[in-house]
Amino acid sequence: MTADVAVLGAGMHPWGKWGRGFVEYGTAAARAALADAGLEWRDVGSIVGADTVRGGYPGYVAGATFAKALGWQGARVASVYAACASGAQAVNAARAQILSGLADVVLVVGADAAPKGFFRPAGGERHDDPDWLRFRVLGATNPTYFGLYARRRMALYGDTPEDFAQVKVKNAALGALNPYARYRKRVSAEEVAASAVVSDPLRLLDICATSDGGAALVLSSMEFARRHGAADPVRIRAVSTVTPRYPNTVLDLPDIATDSAAAVAPPDETFRASIARAAYEEAGVGPEELSLAEVYDLSTALELQWYEDLGLCGEGEGAKLLREGATALGGRIPVNASGGLASFGEAVPAQAIAQVCELTWQLRGDAGDRQVAGARVGLTANQGLFGHGSAVLAVR
Amino acid sequence: MVTDWFTGDGDDFRLLGTRCSACASVFFPREDGHCRNPACGGGELAEVPLSRRGRVWSYTDSRYRPPSPYVSDPELPWEPYALIAVELESERIVVLGQAVPGITVSDLTVGMEVEVVPGVLGEDAETTWITWHWRPTGVTA
Ligand SMILES: [Zn+2]
Repeated sequence: MTADVAVLGAGMHPWGKWGRGFVEYGTAAARAALADAGLEWRDVGSIVGADTVRGGYPGYVAGATFAKALGWQGARVASVYAACASGAQAVNAARAQILSGLADVVLVVGADAAPKGFFRPAGGERHDDPDWLRFRVLGATNPTYFGLYARRRMALYGDTPEDFAQVKVKNAALGALNPYARYRKRVSAEEVAASAVVSDPLRLLDICATSDGGAALVLSSMEFARRHGAADPVRIRAVSTVTPRYPNTVLDLPDIATDSAAAVAPPDETFRASIARAAYEEAGVGPEELSLAEVYDLSTALELQWYEDLGLCGEGEGAKLLREGATALGGRIPVNASGGLASFGEAVPAQAIAQVCELTWQLRGDAGDRQVAGARVGLTANQGLFGHGSAVLAVR
Repeated sequence: MVTDWFTGDGDDFRLLGTRCSACASVFFPREDGHCRNPACGGGELAEVPLSRRGRVWSYTDSRYRPPSPYVSDPELPWEPYALIAVELESERIVVLGQAVPGITVSDLTVGMEVEVVPGVLGEDAETTWITWHWRPTGVTA
């Protein structure tokens, strides 16, 4: 078990399709987080950015870009790329600096202006890039993987498209209560069923959109927080950044095949389950102690998978947990009280940070109409392309 | 483009992987650098044909035209194809591939037996690119 770090501030730029640059979204989120913390940018000794793509050399940028926009002041800088887990790795890098005594206060920022439509790989002939190959050889978009997982759940556990639609109904109702969400309208099961099939059995409203957005956190040592007058801040108790273990036998985006289990028995838990377990172990907290969870609902069916991977229910029981209302606001363990990606869409470097923003507001009791009553322990879970685990456990 | 991922014609068509001589791990797409089993000291990676037949692990389709680098003619209406993830029993591996043209998701079930056959990925004036397709056994069209 490691020591806690304090979350002094959280901030977001509202998500949507705003047509502006990621620097603007990230800077706005950073200023909001600093104001929330009651700190000036020049008080911050270190900035960590979750990378995004900009045209020039070397393509991926973040930390220094936001530092320049906020005004050069000499802060230590780091930038991290881990696909959808970039935000969690940025939080982890900041935490490591704080726990090692390299910095008292760290600003963590992620922002993006996402392209329209399907995500696609970088250009050129990239025969050594599994992401390029799956598009070129198979035409396998992200939603086709979501469709494979959904169909597999239907065959194994008897999940139905109506179950999947109810995830959207739940998350849209919560997103309607969140001023930072892109979509702020309730959605009915009939509307999901009437939307076009994208990748059988999933429809347009089962799959998250791409968005612009930004999110930021101000993290500090517990000692700094006390000196700063924050006696009882939200604390980050664990950050999981695990990789899979060989053989990884669940077909994972963007791979064309799994590892073979012919020579080595598969591990007794999947990669996704190991992401959550690492966070639980580091925090000394079990799933039964969670007040809420923010999970990576790229598709409605995938949210049900996370219920099981987080240990909120047994294998194959995700849809049952949903039907019982356990994961809705007011249920035993609300999931995606923010509205989730269903309501936000993907702004890749920002989303894992945005999940921690939501935990922060919930654990402070500041989440307004979507407040989970008496929230004390929250977990985020996420998975980055190419084997990047991501989970953050926060307590109050 | 994907040289040495498959070989042969007709009934002799097979996906090609590699197998580690030290630990017997199988890799597809082929691993020619170093065995990826972390418990293995590393053996020779020898080319090995994969099983022709397997069982459907899951399946889906793509009702919208995929973006580049997938090649399709924007002048033609988009014809969705099915994608099938197939579990090969002896290799204990799941391999994704397109279904043969004409097979749709309504023709498929999880657990159904399929076999690998050669198919056309695309063609231009000079070249026809061959790929692998999965076809339910018993379907000959
Ligand atoms: Zn080996």
